[in-house]
Amino acid sequence: MSTLARTPLHDWHSANNGRMVDFAGWSMPVQYGSIVAEHHATRRAAGLFDISHMGRIDIHGEGAQDLLECLLTRRVSDMRPGQIRYSLMCNAEGGVLDDVLAYRASEEGAPGGGSPLFQGPMHLVVNAGNRAKLIDWITDRQVEFAARIEDLTTQTAMIAVQGPKAIGIVQAMADRPIDGLKNYTGMAAKVDGVDCYASRTGYTGEDGVELICASPEAPALWEKLHAAVVAAGGSAVGLAARDTLRLEAAMPLFGHELSEEITPSQAGLGFAVNLKGREFIGSEAIAQSGEEAHPTRVGLVLDGKRSPRQGYPVMAGDAQVGVVTSGGYSPTLDRPIAMAYVGPTMHAVGTGLEVDLRGQRLHATVVELPFYRRPSSSK
Amino acid sequence: MNPEQLLYAKSHEWVHVEEAGVKQVATVGISAFAVEALTDLVFIELPRTGRPVTPQESFCEIESVKAVSDIYAPVAGEVVQVNDKLADHLELFSDDPYGEGWICKIEITDPAGLKALMDYEAYQKMCAEEAQ
Repeated sequence: MSTLARTPLHDWHSANNGRMVDFAGWSMPVQYGSIVAEHHATRRAAGLFDISHMGRIDIHGEGAQDLLECLLTRRVSDMRPGQIRYSLMCNAEGGVLDDVLAYRASEEGAPGGGSPLFQGPMHLVVNAGNRAKLIDWITDRQVEFAARIEDLTTQTAMIAVQGPKAIGIVQAMADRPIDGLKNYTGMAAKVDGVDCYASRTGYTGEDGVELICASPEAPALWEKLHAAVVAAGGSAVGLAARDTLRLEAAMPLFGHELSEEITPSQAGLGFAVNLKGREFIGSEAIAQSGEEAHPTRVGLVLDGKRSPRQGYPVMAGDAQVGVVTSGGYSPTLDRPIAMAYVGPTMHAVGTGLEVDLRGQRLHATVVELPFYRRPSSSK
Repeated sequence: MNPEQLLYAKSHEWVHVEEAGVKQVATVGISAFAVEALTDLVFIELPRTGRPVTPQESFCEIESVKAVSDIYAPVAGEVVQVNDKLADHLELFSDDPYGEGWICKIEITDPAGLKALMDYEAYQKMCAEEAQ
């Protein structure tokens, strides 16, 4: 008996060889066939991802903006219509509760911001594993800001199309010029006749689009997108290749690079904190922690073929100087890579370290992040 | 080798036992079911010849894109031969898991341990349950 939540695309995954696993309480496809093939399909053509497990929260009311201004490490009051901003939500101690995308409705003043999917002027997309925690966290504060949140996660689906051919594929099915969207902006559009909120965002290091639509319409839209993606040389992609893609792009993942015990600057996410002239939950603690020497997130490239995994110690001689937070085989680079937290004197690019792989020491070199950056010509 | 005539451990290793004079030698590999579950293999750390092993001891590690997995000794004995070809040809696991994809041979010191292994039918039943 499974008590796992299912996305509207669950039947498709099961019928198409998806190997289903428990991911943050959701039954999700980890792969359909070869992880490496799905990874390369995304880098070379296009990958299609069911990301409906991620939390989608609509924020209505006059105080919607002020509520987020109080909760997020970055300013939202200066966001233009349609803009999307990567931000963190912290506790009072400055620990990271989650990393989120904050959306401002694309058409200011229009009902639902021009999209029938939303009512409020602001929305959040949050990690699946943190959704319940964040809803409680926000609910505790919504009244004082005359705002109200609505969890749209199960009423809607979310599909990502990522890769050099992604924009062309979705544009060919869209009623509006979504290819004109700048990175981190979104708009309401019909895709294959389905009302969607389309955003130029993603989690793979590739250019691409993420589409939110109503749950009942998701399976048919997915089928059409899948046919177009396959015709372009791409494929559906499961969580495993999503993880190797995001690791190469050095995007932090909650539970690995991010946790409530890590401050934003430790994670190398100082850009996602705006302290100037603002107060938000955690701002005081973050401001005070700024001067201390602390472990820093770095990239490691390893010699050999064995992959470092989360929790493996990073060594300098006999001393442990850090710990791996995410690691694995990089299909693009064809060698093992890892993100790790290391001590303040160990993070310079070129530093030679070792990783302890279950008793075996392998040489590792600190490299610049990200490991992979897409060619600018594919933009 | 015919998979229906092999013995299997709960941890998905297969065993083929041959008489070699007074000794028994077990050829060991991992089942097609296990290979399919691992997928995208990138590395194997083979055991060394001469290494003594005890049942359920991790004596070999196999690394996939997803994770590192242990391979457990299905019998007690000593590793007497290793399939060195595997290191550079991990595709042998998926192409021929019960033949060219064998991992090593173990000279058995305690034949009684073989009784703990499953026959093909019992193993198939276990896999069907695991796949649920």
